[in-house]
Amino acid sequence: MRRVDVAGLGVPRALAFIAPAIIIIAVFLVFPALWTIYIGSTNFELTGPNSINPQFVGFGNITNAITDPQFRGSLVLTVVYVAGSAVIGQNLLGFLLAWLMRSTPKLLRSIVQGLILLAWILPGTVVAFLWFALLDRNSGTLNALLGNHSTAWLIQYPMLSLIFFNTWRGTAFSMMLYGSALSTVPPTQLEIARLSGARGWRLLRDVVLPHIRGHVLTNTLLITLWTANDFSPYLLTAGGPNHASEVLPVFIYDQALNSSQFGYASAISVLLLVVNLVIALLYLRLLRRRG
Amino acid sequence: MAGIDVSGLSTVYPNGVRAVDGLDLSINDGEFFALLGPSGCGKTTLLRTIAGLEQASEGSVHIGERDVTRLEPGKRNVAMVFQDYALFPHMTVAENIAYPLRVRHESREKRRKVAEETSAELSLAQYLDRRPGQLSGGQQQRVALARAIAMNADVLLLDEPLSNLDARLRLEARTFLKRLQRELKLTTVFVTHDQAEALALADRIAVLESGHLRQLGTPREVFQRPADTFVANFIGSTPMNQLDGTVHGEHIEAAGAQLPLPLGLNRVGGPIRIGIRPEYLTLRPADESGGITGTVSIVENLGVSALVILDCADGIQLGVTVHEADEPSVGDTRTAVPEPGRILLFDAESGLLIS
Amino acid sequence: MTTSKPTSFGPRWMVGRIGFYVLIAVIMVFFAVPMLWLASEPFDKNPGLAAHWPQWTLHNFATTFRNPNLVPSIVNSLLLCGAATLITIVLAALAAYVLSRVRIPGRDALLYVLLLLSSVVTGTAAMVPIYLMMYELGLINSILGTSVVLSGGLLPAAIFMLKDFVDGVPRSYEESARVFGASPRQVLSHIVLPIARPGIATILVWSFIQAWGNFLLPFLLLQDTGKQPAAVIIHTLQNEGGGVDLSSLPVFSLLYSIPVVVLYLLVNRRYGFRFHGGIKG
Repeated sequence: MRRVDVAGLGVPRALAFIAPAIIIIAVFLVFPALWTIYIGSTNFELTGPNSINPQFVGFGNITNAITDPQFRGSLVLTVVYVAGSAVIGQNLLGFLLAWLMRSTPKLLRSIVQGLILLAWILPGTVVAFLWFALLDRNSGTLNALLGNHSTAWLIQYPMLSLIFFNTWRGTAFSMMLYGSALSTVPPTQLEIARLSGARGWRLLRDVVLPHIRGHVLTNTLLITLWTANDFSPYLLTAGGPNHASEVLPVFIYDQALNSSQFGYASAISVLLLVVNLVIALLYLRLLRRRG
Repeated sequence: MAGIDVSGLSTVYPNGVRAVDGLDLSINDGEFFALLGPSGCGKTTLLRTIAGLEQASEGSVHIGERDVTRLEPGKRNVAMVFQDYALFPHMTVAENIAYPLRVRHESREKRRKVAEETSAELSLAQYLDRRPGQLSGGQQQRVALARAIAMNADVLLLDEPLSNLDARLRLEARTFLKRLQRELKLTTVFVTHDQAEALALADRIAVLESGHLRQLGTPREVFQRPADTFVANFIGSTPMNQLDGTVHGEHIEAAGAQLPLPLGLNRVGGPIRIGIRPEYLTLRPADESGGITGTVSIVENLGVSALVILDCADGIQLGVTVHEADEPSVGDTRTAVPEPGRILLFDAESGLLIS
Repeated sequence: MTTSKPTSFGPRWMVGRIGFYVLIAVIMVFFAVPMLWLASEPFDKNPGLAAHWPQWTLHNFATTFRNPNLVPSIVNSLLLCGAATLITIVLAALAAYVLSRVRIPGRDALLYVLLLLSSVVTGTAAMVPIYLMMYELGLINSILGTSVVLSGGLLPAAIFMLKDFVDGVPRSYEESARVFGASPRQVLSHIVLPIARPGIATILVWSFIQAWGNFLLPFLLLQDTGKQPAAVIIHTLQNEGGGVDLSSLPVFSLLYSIPVVVLYLLVNRRYGFRFHGGIKG
């Protein structure tokens, strides 16, 4: 039988290498996740009689959710948030930047990339406050620059604000990933296409995109997952005004802590997990088909 | 220094493919030995099995007197040069060369000394403190060789050592390699798919196909008397002419002509496969006897000689190598006459060489 | 990938170039404006929500440092995130190496599942199970305990990304070393580790950034104010009514942001920071 173990670790040592990670993942990740799934099948609440003696309701929470207009609204908002800020926003801007940076002088490139990375590195609470300060109606920087003192951005255009916010925050990852991906496109293929008269968009579509298809899919999957589970909208709008920007993670928080409906909230978490799973499977299928 | 004995060796992949199938081979001590064949023939797998990077499923490998079949690669005392040279990018040339000694915990002074000596032998002395990434392909190859030599092993294994070099460099490296091996007298096994390389370098060649040994012999043997049509096809810079014919008494009929039957052949009638190298055919004026006539369709310039393609009867095309002085024009009619004793006859069904 | 020089420098090319730089300028402005606040307000006599050219003073720094929780919280953050990052990176490196080199059936599916689960566990709903579990283990108010929980959430993604790095290291290096007699330990320490260092450095920075910004877990598991990291303490400067302590918040935000930026700069200078080889499919 062929030896696949290059460094000659042998089975026992290989197991010893994985074991610690597996233990921590099992105890502090899998176990609480499974427990959450279990709670989702009860009507557990943080206070009151249901906190001591929660009843098993099976799929009850899930059926409630599907008929709950607030949940449905939240689901739609989440899709909008993800589509707008991740699939379109971060993806396109990240790719655009990676493409542009190829032909930018080194100093300028460092500055631009540095700025964009800074947006990603800064801690979440700080970034949330920066945008809060930016968008405030009376004393925010944006309105000061525009000479406008009547638009309360976060209240009148909450989803739009959130989409810009998340695009701003997360583009760095896509930019770096596409930057690496673009460097793997063989220059000779680009030259052939250019000789045949292809320019700009055609060049992109016929030569570049086929090469980085795998990267596009992987990047989109990761940022979709991360955005769908992103809690930071809460820091900006707390789901308001009146649930207008209540994406699923915020909805879960609201149900869990404000309405004390922990069982319900856990079930929604599971639903969110299922949505993520569907996205992941969709991605895998797309990848395999093109492979 | 040691010879290598491979006996009944089979290496089977998990998906059931028998990369090496029941192979028997003996490599002599100090010999420069080639494993030759097309992609997928098992030559690299065989090399890696000798090195210990692949586990043999059946059979055994002996290096010198030792049975190393179950031994780990590090304990077999073999040195290896990979196709991509596998020079460690984060170490300098000197550190790369001395690496086998570092593994054995030799002192820093000793390592430096060996690195200096070995690099001097291979004209690498001025690159000792550079990184592999700063060297050219040819220099990298020599560093990989230096590292293998520094190990002082019994056996040297080379996996396609010249394929990553450009054409001109390849020829220089070829001569360099042959000279080096002769000086070191180190048993060397190298894998290649380039038959010219194998013919030029090796003392003996093993031609492999689909995990089986097709022929084992010296370059001359393999060139002049290939064991079957596969080897005949594979060896030779210009492809060997192969055509079907029939034996009639004292003659062979092929392509509308009659060729003399080689002596000592006891085959009575029946179909036969004929092989004759372009280099062993001469172009004579049309209608000479004892040869095949045809019209010149293509003339390829090979430098001092030319390859002439003759369109003959029955749709057969013959290649003939011709000295530049005798180059014909396209459209001329000529007869290709084989050199006596150079016609090879193969069994029409099995493809094996007859006598 | 470089672009070749155009063959003519006509007006069309000029317009194209100008448009190019205008676009870049717009993008730069988009990214810079929100951050201006962090550069101006900490130093202003009268800090506000809008970024404006400050009336330079260091007075706010004095006010902020008077907060007894400030410095300890930064220290706590360093301890917490340092521990979480260390645990994550060591375990992820070991696991990523094995998963890359040894073919286990269902390996990729398993990684995806773990990745998905890690997104559940970072949400609010999982907080109850985590709290109860840590309570039973007696690990409430333990910085080390919290860092282990943090690493549990980070490990799947870290392993995913690191495995991708290791996949990019040619096996011929390890094979070569083995043939030369290196033991497994030598192969790993002489060859694999040095070559994988840039990848490890990148994931290290990534993990630290994730941990540094994490609010929910320390908020939940570290009840003792003296143990809370900056992520939690900074929240106390914003009270529920929407009122904000504007003399301390800018400075604290700035100080809170500096360590991660410094870490990134250090690692980037030494190794370059790239999710190399990309995370291919």
